[in-house]
Amino acid sequence: MNDFIEKNIGVMMLLILVAVSFGGIIEIVPLMNQNVVTEPIKGLKPLSPLQLAGRDIYIREGCSVCHSQMIRPLRAEVERYGHYTVAGELVYNHPFLFGSKRTGPDLARVGGLYSDAWHRAHLYDPRAVVPESNMPGFTWLFDTPVDAAVLPAKLRALRRVGVPYTDEAIATAAQGLEESTEADALIAYLQQLGTLIKDRR
Amino acid sequence: MSSFFSGFVIVGALGSLLAFFLILQMNNRSNNKPGQTTGHQYDGIEEYDNPLPAWWYWGFIGTIVFGLGYLAYYPGLGNFPGLSGWTQVNQLEAEQVIADERYGPIFAQYREIPVETLSGNPAAMKMGHRLFINNCAVCHGAAATGSFGFPNLTDAEWIWGGEGDTIETTLRYGRNAAMPAWESVLGVQGIKEVTEYVLSLSGREVDAALASSGQAHFTTYCTMCHGPEGKGQVMFGAPNLTNDIWLYGNSRMRIAQVIKHGRNGAMPAFESRLGRDKVHILAAYVKSLGES
Repeated sequence: MNDFIEKNIGVMMLLILVAVSFGGIIEIVPLMNQNVVTEPIKGLKPLSPLQLAGRDIYIREGCSVCHSQMIRPLRAEVERYGHYTVAGELVYNHPFLFGSKRTGPDLARVGGLYSDAWHRAHLYDPRAVVPESNMPGFTWLFDTPVDAAVLPAKLRALRRVGVPYTDEAIATAAQGLEESTEADALIAYLQQLGTLIKDRR
Repeated sequence: MSSFFSGFVIVGALGSLLAFFLILQMNNRSNNKPGQTTGHQYDGIEEYDNPLPAWWYWGFIGTIVFGLGYLAYYPGLGNFPGLSGWTQVNQLEAEQVIADERYGPIFAQYREIPVETLSGNPAAMKMGHRLFINNCAVCHGAAATGSFGFPNLTDAEWIWGGEGDTIETTLRYGRNAAMPAWESVLGVQGIKEVTEYVLSLSGREVDAALASSGQAHFTTYCTMCHGPEGKGQVMFGAPNLTNDIWLYGNSRMRIAQVIKHGRNGAMPAFESRLGRDKVHILAAYVKSLGES
């Protein structure tokens, strides 16, 4: 058999693929079908159109490069950031924004931690409120209006992957955001992060 | 996990270990003599087919045995929780119990001490300082001197009251200031007048004519919260307007802007984040910062 596989490169490739995917199939596929992963926690709502616009700014500006959104169940992290992140909170995250590096603090429960005014000051010039910060300022967010026209399409796309937006939500997604800047959207997104679980532990 | 996927994982994991073992046996060549070749010949080059080195063979067996032991001890086989019963969450909880045992008595001891007294306790204030740096410095500054829109905590002025218990209440439940926008009520001229009057309260040079008409507006609209003399009322978080402390800037333009658009300063609630005991220590720390 060894002889045969060695001499038939197509068969060898196929068998390599089978061998390599085995671990993934056994480790990942069952997890994707677990209830804790697929069922939203109580009270979880899809992002509002403004928050969704904010999420896309979060992605565009690369916030997840320096900020994670994943509090691990370790005492030091729970002390600092709050209740560890649970899978059910992230059911509507497409894509997930766990991040993998913390140049800045974790943001998984930053919602409500600071006032909107603080966020405005901080996003405009982080050193105005935190002199030690090395975060860049995002001044342009304050004079760029939110692109509301694309929001219905974004909601529809998310519904296709399982986020329960209603027809009405999609139809009205672009409304009432004429005055909103990208900064408003980003702050709206940040202020809802992790707010469903209020307990420290 | 459903029993189907549980079985899938168990069969897959144990099946792979078995497959490793069988493949290892198939390639063992323990009966081959050293020097025996595979029979391949490529351009006169032959390939040895020696037995697997014993250390390598037994090393491989060792990893399989280790794997079986690991799967028995830790949760790895579907719904089987493992003999140790270990989970990430119960490890965390065990760590928290240890921490509570260690720090609980310290907190319990401080809990009984009133804020005013506790603020004189150096050990507690060391804890307070660390809590402050981690939780409060982001807005109020590392030196607690505040910045635009975030009050200075080192002076004698307290927007919501400076008694120990009041500070603790502020920290526990947060505060929401509500300075309304007066643009639609007062109009451009009215705002100009009130601004002059407000400036006159702290002895600034003002246009006397504008200020005196501003006083009428002030009496009608502002005294409710800021008091008849503009000295403020801690009950509403309405700042004293007769001193030199200005949360949102002291220039004529800044003050006019506040009157025009209003301000809604927000102090977040910390009891749900830090717990009562830490808030108590923090309150004492904040109390110790202010001038008495």
